[in-house]
Amino acid sequence: MTARATAGPARGAVALRVAVCAYVGLLVALPLISIVIEGTSRGLAEFWSVVSASTARDAILLSLWTSAAVAVVNIVAGAGTAWVLHRYPIPGKAALSWMVDLPFAIPTLVTGVMLVLLFGPTRSVGRWFTAHGIEVLFAPPAIVLALAFISVPFVVRSVEPVLAELDRTEEEAAATLGASSMRTFWRVIIPALVPAIASGALQGFARSLAEFGAIVIVSGNIPHRTLTGAVYIFSEVEGGRPHAAAAASLVLLGAAILASALAWITMRRTVTAHGA
Amino acid sequence: MAPLPTTGATSTGAVRGVPPTATARGGASETVASRTRTAPMAFRWSPGRIALTGAVLVYLVVVLLLPLLALVTETIRVGLSTVVEALRAPDAQFAIRQSLVLMLIAVAVNAVVGVATAIVLTRQRFPGRGAIEACIDLSLSVSPVMIGLAFLLIVGRDGWAWPVLEAWGIRVAFAFPGLVVATLFVTLPYTIREVMHILVEVGDDEEQVAATLGASWWRTFWRVTLPNVRRGLTLGLTLTAARALGEFGALLVLGGAISGKTETATTYIFGATEERHEAGAYGMALLLGVVSMLMLVVIEHFKKRRSGT
Repeated sequence: MTARATAGPARGAVALRVAVCAYVGLLVALPLISIVIEGTSRGLAEFWSVVSASTARDAILLSLWTSAAVAVVNIVAGAGTAWVLHRYPIPGKAALSWMVDLPFAIPTLVTGVMLVLLFGPTRSVGRWFTAHGIEVLFAPPAIVLALAFISVPFVVRSVEPVLAELDRTEEEAAATLGASSMRTFWRVIIPALVPAIASGALQGFARSLAEFGAIVIVSGNIPHRTLTGAVYIFSEVEGGRPHAAAAASLVLLGAAILASALAWITMRRTVTAHGA
Repeated sequence: MAPLPTTGATSTGAVRGVPPTATARGGASETVASRTRTAPMAFRWSPGRIALTGAVLVYLVVVLLLPLLALVTETIRVGLSTVVEALRAPDAQFAIRQSLVLMLIAVAVNAVVGVATAIVLTRQRFPGRGAIEACIDLSLSVSPVMIGLAFLLIVGRDGWAWPVLEAWGIRVAFAFPGLVVATLFVTLPYTIREVMHILVEVGDDEEQVAATLGASWWRTFWRVTLPNVRRGLTLGLTLTAARALGEFGALLVLGGAISGKTETATTYIFGATEERHEAGAYGMALLLGVVSMLMLVVIEHFKKRRSGT
């Protein structure tokens, strides 16, 4: 009786369920299955030869290392930002918090345009770098800067709830028991934060692998040098080679799923460890 | 040059922070217990804390604000009247209107589908539920270009659904329906997540009570469930609107960015950059940037209310 009541009249509940499954299945599952089929349709040997061809391989490796580099930056910058935002009585906290979420709202292509305007060779900042022999635009630093912009919120937002939780529990207990603040920091706070930091960094890494809009106009897209995985996929689609695009997609998507799964597992372990 | 004002802001913040803290500490007795109780108030700006705050502010300003500032100053350099004129041109107007229409469609569809999916996923147990949830999470990891490619493999000229669509006279790729499909893909998770979050939080007690009192499923939905999830729904739909407005890669691949036909605000920027049409590119980028920043203000407002209760 109660089960029927919450699920609605059985027939209606089933109809709703079928409609939802059909919508998600047609919109997400079917297209992704199409990529898997297209990427592997000519056999594993062909798949491997496509993704290990020098242009594809260099593009995928470039995406992997720039995303990893940005993940490392985010571990430090994100944890520091979350700490300052949460613990220090700085003025304008709301504005700072809004700033951290900016990358979620600003269209990625607009991010790209901003970076072109900041680092273009004829602009003030760009001219300074050119004068000092540092290439930013149309070089790997531009890719790293674009990814740093879009991935700012991930570590900050995954660390914050853990910091809020810590306030009420372990830290207070440790202080009452007479532990020094340095000891509390290294023994209590750091171990509790590490999983959240790792999880946020992995999510940012997965997000960075997928990035297209912020990169396509700042990187110059030079094969073997500044052509990233996502832009390589774009150029293969435009060039009428969907098979190569699908094969490269599978590699990048696999890496992104792996990173997301690891992020999910580390976060889940924190939740169970703290909840129990 | 740029970090200077930040460091200045930090030190003034530090100075302003010191006096009340010092009095609070002076008034506190030296026992461990009372120090713990007054811990949140007894904050002192040590050199290490000032350095950390400064470093964080410099990082955020360099990575986030300087690019934003460059866009504003460059648009002003080009000239506001030139920019307004460029945005008033028919192709720009068409792109803006197309983006708004896509945004409205995404909001309308996700309002229905988001609530329905969230209810099914939280209130029903059935085989395959995990797979649906996995699909929704997965949609966030897929690169926009892959989304475009995936749909091209289905509805493109060599796609397996092409003959069927052709027989019915339906164009999806490089046409308006393609833009809609791509927008719906990228906006899928937001409303579902926010509404699910609330449904899990409030539980189904009230729904059970309503049903026990003899309310029909529909009546329970309109009178109990929907009012409960209203806040989550508003936040989810604002996120959906922002995401729809900002989508670029999937629309470029699946829509082809044909001027006056499948061009949107974002793909217009891309085209204008390629053609070195500065006023159009910067103007549209600034317009989108300002609109998304305003949406973020609304989003933060709803988020604060969510965490506040």
